[in-house]
Amino acid sequence: MSELTGAQILIECWKKEDVKVIFGYPGAATIDVHHYLMTSGLRFVLTRHEQAAVHAAEGYARATGRPGITLVTSGPGATNTVTGLAGANLDSTPILVFSGQVSRMMIGNDAFQEIDIVGITRSITKHNYLVRDTGSLARIVKEAFFIAQSGRPGAVLVDLPKDVLTGTAEFKYPGKIKLQAYQPHLKPHPKQVAKAAELLLSAQKPVLYAGGGVIMSGASEKLLTLAECLHIPVTNTLMGLGGFPGTHPLFLGMLGVHGLYQANRAVQEADLLVTVGARFDDRVTGRLDQFATKAKIIQIDVDPTSIHKRVNTDVPLVADAHQALSAILNLLGKYPNYDRTARRIWLNRIAAWQKEGALEDGPVSTSPAGIKLISPQTVIKTLYEKTKALTPIITTEVGQHQMWTAQYFLHDQPRHFISSGGLGVMGFGLPAAIGVQIARPEALVIDITGDGSILMNIQELVTIVEEKLPIKIVIINNGCLGMVRQWQELFYNRRYSATLLGQGPDFVKLAEAFGAQGFRATRLDEVAPIIEKALTISGPVIIEFIVDQSALVYPMVPAGSSISEMLPYSANPSDN
Amino acid sequence: MENKNTQRRTLSLLVDNEPGVLARVTGLISGRGFNIESLSVAETRDPQISLITIIISSSSQFIEQIIKQLRKLINIIKVIDLTEDDYVEKQLVLVKVKTNPANRTEIRSLCEIFKGKILDVSPKTYTMEFTGNEKKIRNILTLLDEFGVEEQVSTGLTAMSRTRVYKHERK
Repeated sequence: MSELTGAQILIECWKKEDVKVIFGYPGAATIDVHHYLMTSGLRFVLTRHEQAAVHAAEGYARATGRPGITLVTSGPGATNTVTGLAGANLDSTPILVFSGQVSRMMIGNDAFQEIDIVGITRSITKHNYLVRDTGSLARIVKEAFFIAQSGRPGAVLVDLPKDVLTGTAEFKYPGKIKLQAYQPHLKPHPKQVAKAAELLLSAQKPVLYAGGGVIMSGASEKLLTLAECLHIPVTNTLMGLGGFPGTHPLFLGMLGVHGLYQANRAVQEADLLVTVGARFDDRVTGRLDQFATKAKIIQIDVDPTSIHKRVNTDVPLVADAHQALSAILNLLGKYPNYDRTARRIWLNRIAAWQKEGALEDGPVSTSPAGIKLISPQTVIKTLYEKTKALTPIITTEVGQHQMWTAQYFLHDQPRHFISSGGLGVMGFGLPAAIGVQIARPEALVIDITGDGSILMNIQELVTIVEEKLPIKIVIINNGCLGMVRQWQELFYNRRYSATLLGQGPDFVKLAEAFGAQGFRATRLDEVAPIIEKALTISGPVIIEFIVDQSALVYPMVPAGSSISEMLPYSANPSDN
Repeated sequence: MENKNTQRRTLSLLVDNEPGVLARVTGLISGRGFNIESLSVAETRDPQISLITIIISSSSQFIEQIIKQLRKLINIIKVIDLTEDDYVEKQLVLVKVKTNPANRTEIRSLCEIFKGKILDVSPKTYTMEFTGNEKKIRNILTLLDEFGVEEQVSTGLTAMSRTRVYKHERK
């Protein structure tokens, strides 16, 4: 068999892994890969910044469950991927970054565009590799794909010295591989399953607390079956939204620091908390020693380090969520015997909380000229009403708009809400939407963003226009960095240091300058018509809503407080 | 982050003998703000596998988390917490002590009592080697301090279970 260059081997490996699209940016160190990529039949999407390429790959992976691929050059190309790698890894998303590197003999010489990217990314990836010879490239790529996708998925970086890409070797792609030191535990232990089932049957006030692990393992249907068969209310983490139908009567909404009133109350009163693919993040628990103190805890997680990390678990179940829920359901049978009277009382209490904590529409105010101002909550609600029949896929950036979207925009299907959870990356949503739209060309993809976040990766409008992606970009423009401003208003004596953005750019003209269309709404009565108008346009559109700056995200748990101490909607300090 | 629940634990790590693996281990511990008290690394009988002996002191909850995180590293084959077993641990220390004609005999007999070796003799110093567990090493060094220690170097501790057998070769 004839030998191939490293660059050709890399492309052949991608084909074997059924890769269809690669996001990235070329450079001297990867020029050999691009040379062959052009005629390989694989699609290369040129983003305008490497950070955006990684976010796009994450968007692609989150929308499909398939790994997202990024190819960047050495030095700055590689360092620009750091935020994307860290974010994807924290949100357990399978992505692979292939970075160029200077030739092996140049490594360590401070060569042009040389950086120790393996050293830099060691603590923010699931694993990383420096490929030392062309002969081991295929094996390493195979391992990298396996590691990124298996167990708790994550980010993997493969660093490729230039001479490894130009050197030659025989191409042989390994079939199955087994890594002695890495064998994810997917099967639940029968004893633990029995214990979990027993607790589920005896609980009087159970709550299911489901995170991103449900979506990742494709366990949404099993979760729904379990909830319905025992009538257990379900709350989702930010990452879990869509993993349980948002319009289901048993759905409590998101829990945590900006969680819904009924969700937090239910968790605090529960006698059993069934945690599925969630990790007791501090934004979920608030003050830890006062979180769910009355509840026994079952925790299903594929990652053993998630168990006993922040809270002690009564029944730990290290397993894939789908397999664990299936095993529990098998044991429970079709018509399990549980205390139906107790459950009726519990669900009635929750219904009362639901009424008490119903989401409000935000401030209603008029400008000095007598124009009714737009509340950001109304924008999200109206957007939801106008688009829900089309089951849109929503991406967000980070801040107030993200929390309002999580609260007001309901998703009945998994992989339809894609947001930067663990790392909280402003500038994530726009490039992520690129990956989503490429993965799902027929879907309505909307990036909900703020006037702060959108400017962090605004250059990607070019990519969107060039790739003809009909993404709708909804800018909630409140003229400030709203979430930090909110903290300043509530806890820092209203000293708005570094958070007021002023007028900012003209987003309508900006859209036009990039070759997209732009609309702006400044009055309440323009909200619905402008959304309708944007939806009729087949290309990319920016829809800017100038909203009331005084709107705050409620409920809110102040830092260091228990989630029982939510500030309700009316808690506006200006009233005190 | 030290507290009253602090424990001293001896961990034995079987790892792939590859560049960067030690950095993964130490990075994982230092990234959480903890200090490694002692470290020793060497190849096993299987040249593809290295053994790292590591001693850390912290709360048991933290160490449990560290052990789980170490197990999660792709290049770590096995993490053994020797503290749970009956085990022996040893380190080697080289020490250069000031001598004069009056005290040489006394130093030599100390060396003998502690089963040490005199490696080098100069007109004004003895260079000696001792092996033992932390306590023994501490004791001999305290005694030698009386004579004046010029220089002292030490390896990390290495450890082995007394009864249990851990295979260090690939299956």
